[in-house]
Amino acid sequence: MDAQTPMFPSAYDLNAPAGAEGWEELYPYYLTFQPGLRAKEDQKFWFCDSQHWPNPFKPFDAVTVEFAVKCLGQYNTRHYLVPPANGVDYRIHNGYCYMSPIAVAPELIEGRIPQFMDRAGHYFQNWPSLLENWHKKVRANIDAMEALNFEKLPETVPVEDVKGGVGLDNTTQLTEAYDRAIQLLYRTWQYHFEFLNLGYAAYLDLFGFMKEQFPSIPDQAIAKMVQGHDSDLFRPDDELKKLARLAIELGVAGALKAGSVDEALANVGTLPNGEKWLAAWERAKDPWFNYTTGNGFYSTDKYWIEHLDIPMGYLRDYIVRAEAGETIERPTAKLHAERDRITGEYQEMMDPEAQEVFQGKLGLARVVYPYVEDHNFYIEHWSMGVFWKKMRQLSKLLHQEGFWPTEDGMFYLTRNEVRDVLFDYGNAWATGGEWIGPSYWPQEIERRRGIIDALSTQPPQPALNNPPEVITEPFTIMLWGITSESIKNWTGGDSDSSDLTGMAASPGVVEGLARVIRSPDQLDEIQEGEILVAPVTAPSWAPVFGKIQATVTDIGGMMSHAAIVCREYGLPAVTGTGNGSSRITTGQKIRVDGNTGQVTVLD
Amino acid sequence: MSAYTLPFDRIGSGDHARVGGKCASLGEMTQAGVAVPPGFAVTTEAYVAFLDETGLRAEVEKQLERTDFDDVASLDRSAQAIQIRFRSHHLPEHVEQAIRADYEQMGADMPVAVRSSATAEDLPDASFAGQQDTYLWVVGSDDVVEHVRDCWASLFTARAMKYRHANTLGQIDVLMSVAVQKMVNARAAGVAMTLDPLNGDRTRIVIDASYGLGELVVSGIVTPDNYSVEKVLMEVVDRKISDKTVELIPDPAAASTVEREVTGDRRTAQCLSDAEILAVAQLAKRLEKQNGCPQDVEWALDADLPEGENLLALQSRPETVWSQKAKAKPKSAYATGLAGIVGALNNPIGAKSQ
Repeated sequence: MDAQTPMFPSAYDLNAPAGAEGWEELYPYYLTFQPGLRAKEDQKFWFCDSQHWPNPFKPFDAVTVEFAVKCLGQYNTRHYLVPPANGVDYRIHNGYCYMSPIAVAPELIEGRIPQFMDRAGHYFQNWPSLLENWHKKVRANIDAMEALNFEKLPETVPVEDVKGGVGLDNTTQLTEAYDRAIQLLYRTWQYHFEFLNLGYAAYLDLFGFMKEQFPSIPDQAIAKMVQGHDSDLFRPDDELKKLARLAIELGVAGALKAGSVDEALANVGTLPNGEKWLAAWERAKDPWFNYTTGNGFYSTDKYWIEHLDIPMGYLRDYIVRAEAGETIERPTAKLHAERDRITGEYQEMMDPEAQEVFQGKLGLARVVYPYVEDHNFYIEHWSMGVFWKKMRQLSKLLHQEGFWPTEDGMFYLTRNEVRDVLFDYGNAWATGGEWIGPSYWPQEIERRRGIIDALSTQPPQPALNNPPEVITEPFTIMLWGITSESIKNWTGGDSDSSDLTGMAASPGVVEGLARVIRSPDQLDEIQEGEILVAPVTAPSWAPVFGKIQATVTDIGGMMSHAAIVCREYGLPAVTGTGNGSSRITTGQKIRVDGNTGQVTVLD
Repeated sequence: MSAYTLPFDRIGSGDHARVGGKCASLGEMTQAGVAVPPGFAVTTEAYVAFLDETGLRAEVEKQLERTDFDDVASLDRSAQAIQIRFRSHHLPEHVEQAIRADYEQMGADMPVAVRSSATAEDLPDASFAGQQDTYLWVVGSDDVVEHVRDCWASLFTARAMKYRHANTLGQIDVLMSVAVQKMVNARAAGVAMTLDPLNGDRTRIVIDASYGLGELVVSGIVTPDNYSVEKVLMEVVDRKISDKTVELIPDPAAASTVEREVTGDRRTAQCLSDAEILAVAQLAKRLEKQNGCPQDVEWALDADLPEGENLLALQSRPETVWSQKAKAKPKSAYATGLAGIVGALNNPIGAKSQ
């Protein structure tokens, strides 16, 4: 490569696919690469975050990247003053988001250390009590979101309000509820990052220490030392397993196996022990069915609580397997023993001084690390589930009022355009005239839908412009698994070779038939014993992990959700292959080596 | 039982000097329940009796007096003369009886390996020992007795004499025990080190393996497959499959072994299954734990034993190269607590390479 040619293209040279012209107008001005800033923007290295956002954003859904990445940054930059790292800049280009970490100028790093020690130190020292408080805050936030209600504007202001001298109409509640929903979402994402970066920092410290002690130690061995096996993230799946066992015990398993969810539940209700089982099912739903098959970042994510056929399908699967004498429960006692064995054996290979240091770092990592797993349930699943439910409710209401022809129309508007629509709705209601929206939005939404569909036909670039000599930004490494080496893999991808290289994320070697899955809706296509190949997986795909032999993903590092779940379920995994899901096709025989990170197409 | 032989399962910790390093290790392994081909040690007392009761000691000493250790020709002549003297004597009757009796105990016409177990073998640089004086597929007590004598004679190769002279070890004072061990019908065999010999990495177990008996691996005549196993996770992390051109296999008709060309796809196939690689690694790891230090283990897979019971340890000795190096101290003192976290954030060095 010569000095003039950057390793990756400039965003300014990447045109939109045909039919997607004008996509920029779908997002706020600060989210797109502005023509006047080309010289500056081209100097920065941007990598695509298709791990969290694998599909082009509908305009409303862009709120997830805005709030999430803004809040990630605020903690580094303004709360804790993480010495070398500020936040992460982000842009949307051709529908995908690109990230660029902002480093602290070297001469300023030293000066931030005392403040970091004071502020972050307080969190590390008071972790359990602060975390207890976090749970209260997040719970209150969820409750407030649940309490929001979007109702059709009535024919008249209720007479009680008039006589009670309230002096306000029903649009007030409606617009305030919408603003409140957005504000609660904003809080959700601030809470998300309150502990997360610190959890990763403590892990990074342990990680660096272990690599210094044992340069060849597999990343996954260090990950296993801190992994908790009773994380709330695994509770939804565990609840289904318990329900399966209970169904067999109470003799209602047969009734559950056939018909729609409603039919099955009604059938159970007629049985002698049916009420008992139904009560257990209801208890499990709150909160554990606030669980998505997606990752919480899209308005289209399906949540169990609203799609009971999803957990019912998994439940039926578990019943069949349990009846066949299989152990469906996770072997947590064995996993705990294994974690202790691994920790002990590495420790034995250290000298006594290092052993003491190791104990300190491991101790802290084990206190803080469970948050890294647990938070996912409370934020991405539970909080986001409630948020999307409320937003779908609002979208449906406006659909019924004629603003758009489909229930999901609102998600083709930006969050600020929704405020305009609510004003339009309330305005005409107040004047007694006609809403403008119904004559404007249907065709505009149709146009936007066409743009999004066109954007979806073109995969993102892995990165833009030139990477730095070495990646030293700690959160890029931890959160996105991006290292100088992985970048080399993106460019060195020899598409003729039958070999793919990624991260050895979970150990073991297997051969089997590939099943390429591009969306959670395809999950039911997976057959027993296949190897799951996907651009990215979500932790909530857990129930299918009982069926598959191994996982291969395009995106993700050691601590990606796919890696965590695979280690938990004892399946080999290779993550971050770059383009495994487009190079491998369903039905091909492949070999997955989770020890070396190699994936070989055998056909 | 005489003092001249000692079955592996009776060798105690106090017997080290009498049975030599190799037999002592076989004894320890046997008693720790590690699968080892059965056998017995011919003790140094038997050797001393041979020297003293046949007049051999005086003959050797006389020859040594005439030897110019700096003159290659003189040294060669002396070595040959001494070896001829060794072979001109029968073993003392009671020594021979003891060997025959223990051999018969193993079963009629049991093929055995007869190997030296020198007491000098544990010297740091004694890597010459125990290599050339190994006799495989020996059958019948006459041949066993004869090869025990050959092992003793092998103390007086020119190379061994020169080595002892250079290291100011007494020539006739170095004693030798001999191991008589049931022959393994090895489908594959080799060596396992409980650290990476290239860099001393203790998290790895590195295995060399090839077809047939392990001698060709040890002597370097074939380039073996080379596997690397992560010691804690017990996962195969690297495998280099080589072209294994020959194998050493038993030749029962000749009561010996024969080198045979490996043909076809077998040459470049992985000679151990992954499960077998892990079994060898598990064995080596166990021996390291038992001995409390990194080990160099010779092992074989016996074709005559059922799967799951067919992996045998032939020898385990302390690794000497890396174990003697002082461990490099870390460049700076460890940063702990918050300072450690700041250090990790500022320089996430470990995270750069996978």
